[in-house]
Amino acid sequence: MKRAECIAMLYPELDDKLVVTIMGACAQELYDLGHKENFFYLQHAMGLASSIGLGLAMHLPKERIVVLDGDGSVLMNLGTLATIARYRPRNLVHIIFDNGSLLSTGGFDSHTTSGTTDLAAIARGAGLRRVAAVDSVMDFGEAVIDAFASDELSVIVAKVAAIGPNHYGMDLHLPENAFRFKRFISERRKASGIAG
Amino acid sequence: MTVSYQNSKAIFQGIKAAGITSLSALPETWLGLLLQQAEKDPDVRLVQVAKEEEAIGIAAGAYFAGERHVLLMQNHGFLAAINGIVSLSQLYGIPLCMLIALRGHWGEPYAWHTRGGIVTEGVLRALGIPFEYARDPAEVGRQIREAYTFSQSALAPVALLLTRDLMEEPL
Repeated sequence: MKRAECIAMLYPELDDKLVVTIMGACAQELYDLGHKENFFYLQHAMGLASSIGLGLAMHLPKERIVVLDGDGSVLMNLGTLATIARYRPRNLVHIIFDNGSLLSTGGFDSHTTSGTTDLAAIARGAGLRRVAAVDSVMDFGEAVIDAFASDELSVIVAKVAAIGPNHYGMDLHLPENAFRFKRFISERRKASGIAG
Repeated sequence: MTVSYQNSKAIFQGIKAAGITSLSALPETWLGLLLQQAEKDPDVRLVQVAKEEEAIGIAAGAYFAGERHVLLMQNHGFLAAINGIVSLSQLYGIPLCMLIALRGHWGEPYAWHTRGGIVTEGVLRALGIPFEYARDPAEVGRQIREAYTFSQSALAPVALLLTRDLMEEPL
């Protein structure tokens, strides 16, 4: 399956959630469906999308946080799986698109190629209890519905093809994305009557 | 070497007085007594990380959430976190208030700390991160408050270096 198909299936479900993506193809595919103020694209600092998601989830228990991650980024910050498992925020859904490739930086094989490294097994070993490993669009959709319905910390490892968009670029400066994302959160908190 | 209980307490009181409600940390010897107090305080959330670069992401999440957050780390952890500091905090304009235990500096008896201690100030300067040294328990509270204020107005990382004078009991 293609990551773009998964993201397209997920897209209508993201309106009321806070979304953090990794750089490159994943960010672009989400952006191309239509940017929303609740999306934050981490266009560098590989590995930290999951950590930002953890920080959001722990400090905003009433929001639902979705992290769109990748195998290359997770491999750079494996320790954070253990940190997430330790604090176990119920409102975090961590989706890892595993294309077995460092696609955005030249398509070199990552350690997950050919099943050498199993990210779902690593996540379970880190102490994450609810981990789904899927490789079809149908199973991905079911895992997502299940995760959003569960009110539990969930990880979905989705095996996808090493294919990305044929273009890159956003009409959104990086600090502008950060400012607007923060403003969106503070306005939503004000609207819901929570100070800060 | 004995870590100063009184001065650890002064730093924690300074953190509280600055209105900080959230901390991320990787425990290290000089920060131990301070973190023990944070663990016991119901009004402070402590997130313990596996490696310091994670804390840069967690701090960004806390900032987006509108929470007053401070990072505690050793200088070697700061060195390990540089890509996150540059490519998240500085690139996107996200404030970081870092309290950094300055190991490997004046009076350091342990060889393994020395290289990190020698390069810390130079690395901070190269990255354009404003910093100050904290030496006096009577001043550290004000320094924490001012570091936090500056990080928020500059939308940038700032560092307060916790020195041996502050962290250890005099011999």
